[in-house]
Order: sequence, then structure tokens, then C-alpha cells
Amino acid sequence: MIIKDDLKYSNEHEWVKVTGNKAYIGITDYAQNALGDIVFVELPEVGTEISAGDAFGVVESVKAASDIYSPVSGTITKVNEELIDSPEIINEDPYGAWIIEIELTDPSELDELMDDKEYEDFCLKEG
Amino acid sequence: MRDNPLIFELSVPGRVGHSLSECDVPSKCIEDLIPDEYLRKDLPKLPEVSEVDAVRHFIGLSRLNHGVDNGFYPLGSCTMKYNPKINEDVAALEGFSSVHPYQPEETVQGCLELLYKTGEFLSEITGMAKMSLQPAAGAHGELTGLMIIKAYHAYKGETGRKKIIVPDSAHGTNPASAAFAGFEVIQIKSNEKGGVDLEDLKSVMGNDVAGLMLTNPNTLGLFDEHIKEIADIVHNAGGLLYYDGANANAILGIARPGDMGFDIVHLNLHKTFSTPHGGGGPGAGPIGVVEKLVPFLPYPIVELKDGKYYLNYDLPLSIGRVKSFYGNFSVIVKTYAYILSMGSEGLRKVSENAVLNANYVMNKLKEYYELPFDQKCMHEFVLSAQKQKEAGVSAIDIAKRLLDYGIHPPTVYFPLIVKEALMIEPTETESKETLDEFIDIMISIAKEAESNPDTIKSAPHNTPVTRLDEVKAARNLILRYDFRL
Amino acid sequence: MDDIKHKGDGFKSRYIPNTEEQREKMLKSLGLDSIDQLFDYIPERVKLGRRLNLPEPMSEYELLKHMRELSSKNISTADYCCFLGAGAYDHYIPAVIKHMLLRGEFYTAYTPYQPEISQGTLQAIFEYQTMICELTGMDVSNASMYDGASASAEAMLLACSSKHKRKVVISQTLNPEYRNVIKTYAKFNNIDVVEVGYKDGITELSNLESVTNKEVAAVIVQYPNFFGIIENLADISNITHKSGCYFIVVADPISLGILKSPGEYGADIVVGEGQPLGNPLSFGGPYLGFFATTKELMRRIPGRIVGQTTDKLGRRGFVLTLQAREQHIRREKATSNICSNQALNALAATIYLTLLGKNGLRKVAELCVKKSHYAYEKLIETGRFEPVFKAPFVKEFVLRINEKNIMNDLTNFTECTERLGNKESSENVENYSLVQKLNKKLLKNKIIGGYDLGRNFPELSNCWLLAVTEKRTKEEIDSLVNNAYLGGAEE
Repeated sequence: MIIKDDLKYSNEHEWVKVTGNKAYIGITDYAQNALGDIVFVELPEVGTEISAGDAFGVVESVKAASDIYSPVSGTITKVNEELIDSPEIINEDPYGAWIIEIELTDPSELDELMDDKEYEDFCLKEG
Repeated sequence: MRDNPLIFELSVPGRVGHSLSECDVPSKCIEDLIPDEYLRKDLPKLPEVSEVDAVRHFIGLSRLNHGVDNGFYPLGSCTMKYNPKINEDVAALEGFSSVHPYQPEETVQGCLELLYKTGEFLSEITGMAKMSLQPAAGAHGELTGLMIIKAYHAYKGETGRKKIIVPDSAHGTNPASAAFAGFEVIQIKSNEKGGVDLEDLKSVMGNDVAGLMLTNPNTLGLFDEHIKEIADIVHNAGGLLYYDGANANAILGIARPGDMGFDIVHLNLHKTFSTPHGGGGPGAGPIGVVEKLVPFLPYPIVELKDGKYYLNYDLPLSIGRVKSFYGNFSVIVKTYAYILSMGSEGLRKVSENAVLNANYVMNKLKEYYELPFDQKCMHEFVLSAQKQKEAGVSAIDIAKRLLDYGIHPPTVYFPLIVKEALMIEPTETESKETLDEFIDIMISIAKEAESNPDTIKSAPHNTPVTRLDEVKAARNLILRYDFRL
Repeated sequence: MDDIKHKGDGFKSRYIPNTEEQREKMLKSLGLDSIDQLFDYIPERVKLGRRLNLPEPMSEYELLKHMRELSSKNISTADYCCFLGAGAYDHYIPAVIKHMLLRGEFYTAYTPYQPEISQGTLQAIFEYQTMICELTGMDVSNASMYDGASASAEAMLLACSSKHKRKVVISQTLNPEYRNVIKTYAKFNNIDVVEVGYKDGITELSNLESVTNKEVAAVIVQYPNFFGIIENLADISNITHKSGCYFIVVADPISLGILKSPGEYGADIVVGEGQPLGNPLSFGGPYLGFFATTKELMRRIPGRIVGQTTDKLGRRGFVLTLQAREQHIRREKATSNICSNQALNALAATIYLTLLGKNGLRKVAELCVKKSHYAYEKLIETGRFEPVFKAPFVKEFVLRINEKNIMNDLTNFTECTERLGNKESSENVENYSLVQKLNKKLLKNKIIGGYDLGRNFPELSNCWLLAVTEKRTKEEIDSLVNNAYLGGAEE
């Protein structure tokens, strides 16, 4: 299982990569592995405002469909349109295949998230 | 090997598979009767084949299928029992099959009598006051029952009851139906015996709870001994108890949901009452309710007055209609015929034999497969392929290997609370010889998982097609034939 | 247990193969002495402790005789000539269909969860989906739903969830039972249903325009509508899409053999009752609802759907796909709670459309048009009926009974009314309506008359909705025309 040390993690298995006041959000290697081959990603509309904990999309495999929750609050500024035709890039490169870009309204929320070590422990506990 | 042709690929322009009478009324041409702007210019691309082409095509397709008539079908929770042939014959009698639903009541007294009596029989079997035969399937019955729960609480002014409690072992339809009826779903845990955790239930009960949905025996095939306590907890808090009848094959003539304390019941006629599954439908999911909920049933209800049967639409508190007409009538005809064929003694024997068959198989297999809940089961039981998983063989692989032996696999990966679940329901219509053969095959697969796991993992080997690429199907959706090919 | 000796005691069912000896052996292997011990952990207080109060078991022949007697209490369209439609139609069903449907491999199979041994069902559904797309002019079809009414309600729910809006507009020319089912589903999902009236038999466009706005998720109309009339889909489509709503069309599949497809008019969802395609009337069910939509909505389509793929050897095969949005995986977040389709009814429809082919279906539709127009004109010629609407129709039409002229002999009017009228009618009509009286009179001529529109439309009392399918001959239509009167000479 790959966990990167430059990212923040949520207990719903999303990762957050912060650049300035913006953040990219995707799902972790653990999550993509649990879901299996991803066949579809339902993306939100750009401009949507979301609060931390809101579901903003769905990732579907043949055996499961899982809501994607935003670990942080803000306005969605971009969605990764490559996922529409090639959802499998999440399986191939979960940390490269970001799902949305969000403009943060409350960067202090990032402090609530796990770092790589904490997330690794968290995954181990989840089995 | 060649692909099995689609009917469109057999089409030859100019061929006909029908015979229609010539027009015998004096008539103008169509364009004079219907304005040209409404007429379609491109005809739908339906196939052009002869009758024999059509027959061979569909017979050919049937041969790619496995049904109960082909062999053993121990698919848990689906009650794949034998479908009696006489039932098909009587449902096809013209006096049933060629009756229009809007004919005047005096011309359909036989149909209404059949619906009325079937309702009475099912009320007696479940211990309910009255049935509605309108819902078309189990999930449809659930939805209807949940609407009744909502309407009942609303009638009592308790509109704050917005939650439905569902155990984590429940069929997926339970939470889906509850959400579909506008409820919030609260999941509770099962205890170590697979039953409802009473403490967990107490902790979530309150005046915001509309009801609890329960399957008893539950999806592990286990009867919840605390059903009375559960009913009391729910009723004392003002909630209603909903019985998912998917597993009713275990309790015919033995225990009734009404006596257990349930307020609403749905039955799957295509499971317990022997009507065929038809490759996915039609079924029927009648619901029964206790006296206080009768006014909320969908309209119309068949009633009897002065020796005449009639459709009662005068139900001001009714939730409304959930379907056209009066339900899946011909499925109900088959149910009625089945109940008459079996009688009370026969129905009790159904459950006795279903339960005996399940326990017999479970007992013989528990040495070879993990049995998470080792106690007497009802009509079905759940094994886990965790042992086999260690050799890299998972439940789905075992399922696929069974196909090579002409046996339909058990339900796999359900219930969700058991890892690598294999849910086995033999039903009462299987003989000891069939069960013994199944047991032998399951044991040989368990041994094969150790000696030659690759054979299992690459199974099936003897089927019309091998494992299909479901990922490709879902990523690259091809949902219809492309005529440009 | 009671001590009365029942005929059922020791009853052996031919559906339960194990013998007493086998049962004993099996019990022994479990370390038990009696069947009752299998149930000993069920608390006594919930056990039934008595026999179910049901009739004694019947032999197969007794059952057959009983069922024949019961069925003979009904009047069947096999013996009577049926002019009743209103959502269920007496079209001819080719003999092949019955034979194919009785193949045990089809009808005794479960939902095709194991595709390796279910290619028959799966491929037939794939063919069905293709045919429904062709008929409706849509991109994708599901594997079928319970019936036309519930498919309409599911279409409404899909539109509302997809648009995130809680309001739909439906036309009063939509089948009243469909409207009722839609309202039931809407009520429990907090959806507002606004009804639009009709004028000259079709949806009133100005009214439609005034209620269709940005708050509305969808507009639902029927085609041809409940009165048999062809709605102006082009205008309705424009009004609907101008407000950004989905356009939902409830269509009759036989009529689509000649009418422009709803897809051509820009429909977003097309649903309908598939019964006319090779399924018997069966007193209202089981039928099948078809459901087709656009590429845009395909991943949200409720119910089962079959997709094409390949097996490990590269051969074409079919599987249930898009299952992740279904209830067994998605549970309370599923797009619908439906977990079955009407596979066998859909198979009947597939075989029907195969046998008819593109020219046959058109021919059936044309025969309906010609025969219904012949009946329409002949009935009006008698002077006993008046036209109600003037718009074009396909296989059904509305006539108003001329109260005066319908009486063959006015002196007998009172007597006739008294003889025919009583309180047993449905829908709580205190007395029989004129349409009911006329239908009762026609039964004596072995004719099943039309639908009484006064049941659902107070303004259409004395109005008769007649359906004329390709099965009706000139002789039968002439008999209807000659016998459609009340009083006097009939005795």
C-alpha cells in the first residue's frame, strides 16, 4: 500500500494536497484497492460550494459504489475531466488522479486531518 | 468458437414470422386518417425472420440457461424450489388469462373470488388481518408497507417518526425501500448469534423511530428467539414492526409473523409459494397488515357482500395505488393453486423438509468450510470460504467451480456481515440423493482448493461461455446492438 | 395438535421427494429423533401450535376441475369480442410465444447473476433493450419494470433526483391509474404533482406553458393519450425544454409502429406499458413497464440493465451491468429499490417483436387505425353517438352517448333502467351510468363494451372510450354498431 508523506488524509480514505489556498482531492491507494477496478466516477459541477464532510461525487466499481466526501470546505474550482473517459487512472495512479480542485475557505480544517503515519496506523486498524 | 448470433444478425429483408388478416373494413389510406407530420418515416429496425428462425433462435437461447428444471439451485434467500407444471396450465386457462381488468364486476366473479380467497389464505398463513395483493414484487411490497407505516404515523399526528431501523444483516432492499419511501435509515448491529442486538435496538428506539424491518429467520437462516422482546421494545416506543417475508419458507404452519408481533408482512409468492422466477420476474409481493393498519392498504381491495365479490375503492385513508389494476394476477393464480394442492399439512411439510434439508447439508459441510454461526439453522445457512481463501480461492471461485458440475451456486458475499459468505438454501423439493451429490461436490471442491486451486480460480470450464469481463462491460457500456456494425 | 383426523394427515406431496425413511436417516445424522426438534429453539409462545385453517389438499385432477369451474365464472375475451382498452389491449398473441415461454430453462431460472449459465436470459434482454430503443428512438433501455404505471413513477423520481427539484407537471390526458400511482410515489417523496387540463382532447398548451417553469423537474404526457389521441409532442417538447425540464413520454408500443418516435421529438425518458407486445390480458398482470432514456441519464437509470462484453476467450457475452447503483450494493443510496425486472414478460415482448418484425408491427398498427376509424364512423352514423374530440387517433376513441337516441324504444326506458341498475358497481357510483347500462346490454350480444370515462372525468359522463385492435373483424364491429342501443327490441 502506497502512502505519500506530502499529503493529508481523511478517515473516509480521501487524500488532500494543498497548494496555496487551493487543494486537490482524490482517493487513496487503500481506497482504490478496496473498491477494485473503477468503472465510473460521478463528478460534481464546478462552482459548487461544499462543507467538510459533504459527499461531492461517487466512485463506482463493478462490486461497489462509494461516495467521495470532501475533507475540507470550499468552492470547487476544477474537476478532473479525464476521469469521465478513463476512470481506471484512479487504479493506476491514485495520487496522480485527483478528482476535484477546491478553493479552501477554512484552511484550519487541514489540521484535523491525518498525516501519513497516522493514516497508515488508521488503515492497519481497519484491516 | 463462433459468437452466438443476435436475432438482428439473422434478419433477412422480406422474411416474415407472422400472419395477419387482411384489412376487411372499407378504408382510406393511413395518410388520410393520420396527418403525415405524425407518421414515422424510419421504421424501427426490428428483425425480419421466419417463424422457424425465431423458434430456433429462442430455443437456442434457452439452452444457454440453467433453471430449476435443469438441476439443483441452492441459491440462498431466493427459495429456488420446483415450480409445479399444473400451475402454469391453470393460470393459462382462458377464463383467467384472457380477461380484461376493466370488465364489469359480474363478468369477473371468478377472478375476484380467487383474489379474495388467496388473500384469506395468506392472512391465515401469516396471522394478519388483511392482505393487499397489489404489489408486484418483494421490494414493491416493502415499499408499500413502508408507505403504510408513514401514513399510519401521519394519521396519528406523529410526523416526527422519520427513522426506520434495519439490522446490518438485512437484505439490501430493506434500506433501499426505506429510503425510497422517504425515511432515514438507521442500521443496527447483529449480536454474536446473528440476531438483533437488543441493547443496540433499545439505544436507537425513540419517538423519532417509525419502525423496524426484520427478516425472521434472518439472512443467516437463524430464528431470532428474542422476537417477542424485540416486538415489545419497538411497540413500547410507538413503532411498527415490518416482516420481510423473503424467508417465509421456513415457517409455514410452524410460526406466524402475526403471532411474533409483526404489524406488516410481505410475502414473495415467487419464493415461498412456488411461482417461477421467470429469469428475474414476474413475481408478486402481497402485503398483509394487522387490523389497525387495514384502512391504509392500497386501493382497491376485493370484498365480499351478499355473495358477490366487488372491488372496494372507498378507502379514504388508503396510501393510494402502487400499481395498475389489482396485482400480478396470474402469479396469484399459481399461488392459489399451490395452496390448494398442499393444504395445511402439505405447507407444514414444506417447511419441515426445507429446514431438515438445510440442517442436513450444513452438518455435512461444516467440517470442510467455516460455519460462522454453529447452531441449528432454519431453511438456509451461511458458510464462509475463509479457510479456502488462505489458498487463494474465494467464494466467487467456488461458485464458478460449481457451474462445472451443473449446479447453480449459492448466494455469495451475502449477508455482508460474513466474510466470503456462501449462503445455501436447498429447499424442500430436493431429494437426499441430490443433497448428497451436492455435499460430495462441495467437499471435493474444498479439497481441490488445497491441491489444485488454479482449476477453481479459472472455473468454469464447461459452460457456454467462460468468466465474463464485467469491468469492461461497465466501463465501456454497450447496452444495445449497433446496426452500423 | 387437535385430534380430529384430517384428510391431510399423512399427506404426501409430489413436490417433496424425501421419503419417511430418508427423513429419519437425515435426522439421525443430525443426532435428532424428530422433526419437531429442529424447531425446538423457537419459543413456544410464538409457535402456532395448531393446524393452519386451509382447505384439504386437492389432487391434480381435482385442482384442474376446480380451476376450470372458477375460471368459467369469468367472461373471457376468447369467447366475447372485446372493445375495451384504456391501458390493457386485446392484441393477437402468436402461438410461438407460449411455447417459448414454457421452456423451463427460461421460466424456472432466477435473475441472471451467474452470467456463464444465464446467457439465454441475458442475450434475450439485450435484444429486448435494442428493440425498445428502436421503437422509442432512445439511446438506452433498461431490462423492464413492473408495469407502465410504476415505470412512469420511476421516471418522475429519476427526473427529480437528477434535476434536484421536487415538482413535476402531468397532463390530465395521462391514464388516471398512472396519475394515481405517480401521486402515491410523489407523496412519499415530497414531490409536488401539478396537473394540466386538456382542450379538444389534448393537453392544453397554454395551461402547460403557464405552469412549466424552472422549479419543475419534468413534464409527463401520454402518446397517444388516454383518449387515444395523438398529442402534439413537438410543441410540448419545446415548452418543456424551454424551462430546462425533462420531457417524459408514456407511449403505446404498438402505435410506435407507425407514429414518430418520442425520441424524434426530443424526449428525455420514454416509458410505457409493454403488455400489448405479446402478453395476455390476465386480469391486469403481470405486465411489463418499458423504460428508455438518453445517454445523459444512462448511469442513473433505475432497475436491471444488460451490457455486452467478452469472456476470457474473447467470445461475445452479456452481463448485468451498472449494478453498483442497485440496492444490493448501494442499499439506502440506491437509485431505486427495484431488484427485479419482468424478464419473462420482456421475453414475450422480444419474441412478439421478432415475429412481427418491422413491417408486421407497422401492419398491426395500420389495421388498428383503419378498423378503429371504421367503427368510429359507423357508430356516429347511427345517430346514437356523438363525437367528442376531433383530433387524430390511433386505436382508441371517445364517443358521447346521445341519451335520447340511444333508446331503441323510449317506452321501455324506465323498466330497462330499473332492471339494470343496482348498487353493486365499482368506484361507488350510486347507480349505473348510461355507459354501464350500454355495456351490460352489449354483454348479451357477447360484446365487451368500452371504458366508462365518467369514472374518472366528471365532465365526460356518458362518454365511452372504445379500443379497436387488429383482431376485430368487420363483422364484429358491425355487430357492435347494430347492438349499441338500449331498451325495447333487445328482449
